[in-house]
Amino acid sequence: MSEFFRKNKLALAGFLIVLALAFVAVFAPWLAPYDPAAQKLPDRLEGPSWNHPLGNDELGRDILSRILLGTRVSMRVGATVVLLSVIVGVLIGGFAGYIGGKLDIFVTVLVINSLMAFPGILLAIALVAFLGPGLDRLIFALVAISWVGYARLARGQVLKVKTLEFVEGARALGASSPRIFVNHILPNIIQPVLIQASIGMAVAILSEASLSFLGLGIAPPTPSWGSMLNDARNHLFDAPHMVIFPSVALVMTVLSFNFLGDALRDWLDPRNLG
Amino acid sequence: MFAFILRRLLLTLPVVWIVLTFVFGLIHMVPGDPVAQMLGEGASVTQVERLRHELGLDRPVLEQYRSYLKGVVRGDLGNSFRNQEPVTRSIMRRYPATAELAIGSAIFSLLIAVPFGVVGAIRRGRAADRFVGFATLLGVSLPNFALGPMLIFLLSITLGLLPVSGRDGFSHLILPAITLGGGLAATTTRMVRGSMLEEIRQDYVRTARAKGLNERAVLFKHAFRNGLIPVITVFGLQAGMLLAGTVVTEKIFSWPGLGLLTFQAIGARDYPLIQGCILTIALTYVVINLATDVLYSVVDPRIRYE
Repeated sequence: MSEFFRKNKLALAGFLIVLALAFVAVFAPWLAPYDPAAQKLPDRLEGPSWNHPLGNDELGRDILSRILLGTRVSMRVGATVVLLSVIVGVLIGGFAGYIGGKLDIFVTVLVINSLMAFPGILLAIALVAFLGPGLDRLIFALVAISWVGYARLARGQVLKVKTLEFVEGARALGASSPRIFVNHILPNIIQPVLIQASIGMAVAILSEASLSFLGLGIAPPTPSWGSMLNDARNHLFDAPHMVIFPSVALVMTVLSFNFLGDALRDWLDPRNLG
Repeated sequence: MFAFILRRLLLTLPVVWIVLTFVFGLIHMVPGDPVAQMLGEGASVTQVERLRHELGLDRPVLEQYRSYLKGVVRGDLGNSFRNQEPVTRSIMRRYPATAELAIGSAIFSLLIAVPFGVVGAIRRGRAADRFVGFATLLGVSLPNFALGPMLIFLLSITLGLLPVSGRDGFSHLILPAITLGGGLAATTTRMVRGSMLEEIRQDYVRTARAKGLNERAVLFKHAFRNGLIPVITVFGLQAGMLLAGTVVTEKIFSWPGLGLLTFQAIGARDYPLIQGCILTIALTYVVINLATDVLYSVVDPRIRYE
């Protein structure tokens, strides 16, 4: 691993930023200099200053505090969505590939292909528009669109692994199917899934921000980078700092997950050896 | 060729059916009573009952489903709950604006992707390639709702070069098209670069060089044409994704298209109109995918015989 980071400066940067984000997400309430919901109308739209390094928003709330708390929202939604999608996707896709036959045809042809026939974010918008806003529904909608990618990946990997000799060996020794799946197949397919999960974090965080930007995400006053950018839209003339700082936070987060995922993929891609 | 297109069309039918069924099911996912949700608090029982009857929600679900499918075939998507206008008419009025925006974005992304992708490939590992690599990663990571406001601030407000919002001629199209197409430009650049890298290593490229062709002919007449094949598929699939991005982009620029209509319909809880918009966007996406596959088989005849 240390050799990997020595060769990939960008991946190292990505990894360090991800660590920092996780730290901020956990300790945000103690790191934030102000209450992110506290309004101070006389100071509304104020630019960056010593007291408020990133300025105030339209209700006089401290933008730095809101960005820090927003990190928590983004990371929590991203991690929950990715974790649930990986579990659902690997189980469904993995079993379909392992068992094969009619189940596989049903899962891949019908379910996976038709879900892929929808642009994901549109599906999420449709689901939240009808289910109503709320954190749990937001997470449900995002899992509904993202498990498919993991399912397809896991299915492909299982198809490749299940014909290998060590699986046949385990079966010859009398291991049960669930045991073979969990103990022998899963550890061998998890690597590409983890790479996809790193990029999946970036996608999930972007999707959450998109939905919050449209007013379909986290309900106010909980700060989210997406809804902060939505508030900023009306103040492009008088308070451009409202756009710039949440954008930087969002882009940096997404970039660092992408750096990490891209580098891991290149690293594990046999075509790039030598 | 004909057989291929026919087979591909038949494969599309179940997808269309699933899209239709999903969109039909949406209104039944509303927690509680969708009619009460639409009317809001303070609606009288008679009002609720009347709207429920108008929407057909007082009939058995299977019958609702049948009449919904029949309606779609006839191009009848019901009436908007807010202004009673037929949903189909509202959508048709907004569709050209969205088509214009999506096509503009697709053209923009190709204009960026082809030169940058080719330069990245032939200058592999050098400064130009590293710049392309970083720019595309930034492009992929910069969402349209951050890019759009930044472009407005920079090019409209600070420099005064382009209009802030609305749809009135070519100058109004530029910023929304860049905003919507930025991500597509980045992914396509990566594809063009990767695909060109594969091609310029091939034997036929060496042959072309060995027989003394100039570099431009080798790159564009030989390598680029072959490199384009995988790019078409990804571009087609991703171009369909542009449609989903219109909801955000059109909101930013008040671009009067289908995306803005969807957004407004969601705000008004106008469920029949939201269903119509989602259905139209999803079906357009399916058609673009179909067209991509057909185009792919035209460019690469090997596909047809698989």
